[in-house]
Amino acid sequence: MNDLKNKQAELTEVENEVLTEAGAGEQDRLKFDTETCLEVKDLNLYYSRDKRALKDINLEIPRQRVTAFIGPSGCGKSSLLRCFNRMNDLVDDCIIEGAINLDGEDIYDKSVDVADLRRRVGMVFQKPNPFPKSIYENVAYGLRIQGINRKRTLDEVVESSLRSAALWDEVKDRLHDSALGMSGGQQQRLVIARTVAVQPEVLLLDEPASALDPISTLKIEELINELKEKYTIVIVTHNMQQAARVSDYTAFMYMGDMVEFDTTDNIFTNPAEKQTEDYITGRYG
Amino acid sequence: MKNEIGKWYRSGSPWIWMNAGAVAISIVMVIGLLFLLTVRGMSHFWPKDVLQATYAPPSEYSEDTATEIIGELVESEQVPAVQIASSGIPVDESQAFYQRNLMKLGNRDLTGADFSWVLDDFVTDISYPEGVVTLERREWGNFYGFLAEIHEQGQLVAETSNLTGVDEPLWQDFNQRLERALEIFEEIYRIENDEIGDINYAVERLRLQQRRLELNGEDTPANLAELDAERETLDAQYLELQLELNGLYEEIGRDSAVFVAANGQETEIEFSEIVFAYQPNTLGVIAKIGTYFQKLGEFLTDEPREANTEGGIFPAIFGTVMMVLLMSVFVTPFGVIAAVYLREYAKQGVITRMIRIAVNNLAGVPSIVYGVFGLGFFIYIIGGEIDQLFYPEALPAPTFGTGGLLWASLTLALLTVPVVIVATEEGLARIPRSVREGSLALGATKFETLWRVVLPMASPAMMTGLILAVARAAGEVAPLMLVGVVKLAPSLPLDGNYPYLHLDQKFMHLGFHIYDVGFQSPNVEAARPLVFATALLLVIVIAVLNLTAVALRNRLREKYKALDSH
Repeated sequence: MNDLKNKQAELTEVENEVLTEAGAGEQDRLKFDTETCLEVKDLNLYYSRDKRALKDINLEIPRQRVTAFIGPSGCGKSSLLRCFNRMNDLVDDCIIEGAINLDGEDIYDKSVDVADLRRRVGMVFQKPNPFPKSIYENVAYGLRIQGINRKRTLDEVVESSLRSAALWDEVKDRLHDSALGMSGGQQQRLVIARTVAVQPEVLLLDEPASALDPISTLKIEELINELKEKYTIVIVTHNMQQAARVSDYTAFMYMGDMVEFDTTDNIFTNPAEKQTEDYITGRYG
Repeated sequence: MKNEIGKWYRSGSPWIWMNAGAVAISIVMVIGLLFLLTVRGMSHFWPKDVLQATYAPPSEYSEDTATEIIGELVESEQVPAVQIASSGIPVDESQAFYQRNLMKLGNRDLTGADFSWVLDDFVTDISYPEGVVTLERREWGNFYGFLAEIHEQGQLVAETSNLTGVDEPLWQDFNQRLERALEIFEEIYRIENDEIGDINYAVERLRLQQRRLELNGEDTPANLAELDAERETLDAQYLELQLELNGLYEEIGRDSAVFVAANGQETEIEFSEIVFAYQPNTLGVIAKIGTYFQKLGEFLTDEPREANTEGGIFPAIFGTVMMVLLMSVFVTPFGVIAAVYLREYAKQGVITRMIRIAVNNLAGVPSIVYGVFGLGFFIYIIGGEIDQLFYPEALPAPTFGTGGLLWASLTLALLTVPVVIVATEEGLARIPRSVREGSLALGATKFETLWRVVLPMASPAMMTGLILAVARAAGEVAPLMLVGVVKLAPSLPLDGNYPYLHLDQKFMHLGFHIYDVGFQSPNVEAARPLVFATALLLVIVIAVLNLTAVALRNRLREKYKALDSH
């Protein structure tokens, strides 16, 4: 448990640093400057025998950076994202070929415990999906699953998680009220807090702001900026401005193909592919 | 014109009228049903005035048929003269209709029948004497008459000065003595049923224990001596109670009263026979309301008397509620587990679909079929086997190898499990995928997700299933007749004797009680209002059980409010 506390302490330190030197060194990070966290090798995904949703995807996602997947609807970006924590296992008749390595280990290996993997690779969905429990219990859920029931530990983790999701000040007086009474934006941040509480390595965000109003969207984007100090973040978004604002790297996908993957700057200012340029300039999609 | 009709039709008005009409008809039917049951059932407890009159119907031989009648008017009807004439009463057939009154004359011990039809035209000298007394007795039904004398140990201690009027001191004396008798009776009842009942139960257990020792070949003198010693203490206790009882019986038999019934017939009634006495014609409205609720309370809390045509129905209420609760305890986990497997774990394919169809069809199997199954499978096979294994000492008398509370509850659970399965499955299907994924994404296994998120959210649907199950089970009678319901159960299935809840015991049930009182009763007229009252009570019991479940469901719904509000 000490471990966890230390990690939490680190987290707050990191936050403080971010707050003091906000904005500084933004440009430096926009290069392929860290080690690879997730490595996708020749990934093919079929939803049925003749419906191939992903075609030979190869991709390396850098650690502690924000990587955005953009592309028109149905291009496979959510499918790819859901491969990272094996959410596609839940889909009947879904066949996956190829490999995805997390820290060098294949997550589709038979020896991998899926629940364990999902603890390491957290996911936030398009629509806020809090459990019909209290705010406190929502955040504590992941810990209780792991068998952690000590009240002091839970209290600490709940507070630090809500703080890192920038929600603590808004809800600290009503932690035991139902989470369903919160606004949509608050619910989405609660879901992020819930995910952060189990200390994942990777955060998958599947259009996290698409169901939210502009102000809530802004808050989520700020939050992403803070969280990338600690987590590898992969975000799927429909909103190109959002991708430009929050991500360090961007991948453009089209019809199940990975068309282009580069720093966000390059994708938006100087795309290598014609398809990318057409999409970004709004010629289709 | 045609155009206007077309317009009216297109506006949807006829459709709305039709819908509203259907709703109105349903409401009228439900209210009508409740109204009928209430009026016919609840009016039975109202203390009616007792009239005294002379009745002289015409006779073929023109002899004097005049008799005095004392009793309550129950109902009146118009009957064609022809019908009356053909029944042997030579009435004047030029008058088309005669009014015929049903009178409750009581005094079955004196006259043989306590209800009688009289023709209104031949009733004369109607009066409502204030001194007339209505007695509810433990045997022979009601008695109507005038209080004449009070005896104590056979000696006259008081007599009336004014037979048909109110003799206040005598009436007060009578009531004091009645109160004393009722207190003694209660004490006797307590000793006989509770204390001696307990001793009998203990003696029976000792007998079974001894038999078990014999069967196991452990009937050593030491063991037997131990049992004998216990039996002796019980016997001593029993003798002591018996002595006490003898004393009480002597006490309760001390007083008696002489009444004058119709036609001047004198009869002596012991106070120990009287349950309740009042002078209906002297009661004001408020006093009548008091008496009404007293009688209603007696109906709700007492045991039945006289082949269920008098007294209360408490054991039947208790049995019904008990059985429904037990059934809920069995059916809910069973149905929910089955539904979870079908919906969450089983591979959705042809076989699952066929199972689902089969489950749905099971709900439509006539209930008597379940009764037969319960008898054949639960009672004969399982119950018989249990008896062989665990209760060999009681054989050949069956313990679980005969109808009882457990088998009845299980049979009804089987009958209602499809409803719970279907409702739970629907509830599970309605839980948003996103919530399941949210839990899985946090590292929960499928089981943890089910247990911690999905099942709680589906609990309102389970409650819906349970509500439907209770509604069906509580009203079911046919299968119960095969698996454990009886006309008169000697004791409640829940009492102070270990193991407190006697699952092997037979029990009474409101539904069966209605059937029994209504169709198997020796005294049709006396039973009829009880049929209505019991039916109303059955409806109320089911409604209460249902409303409890509905309230519980609403609380759960509030707690797990649907997520699609966002």
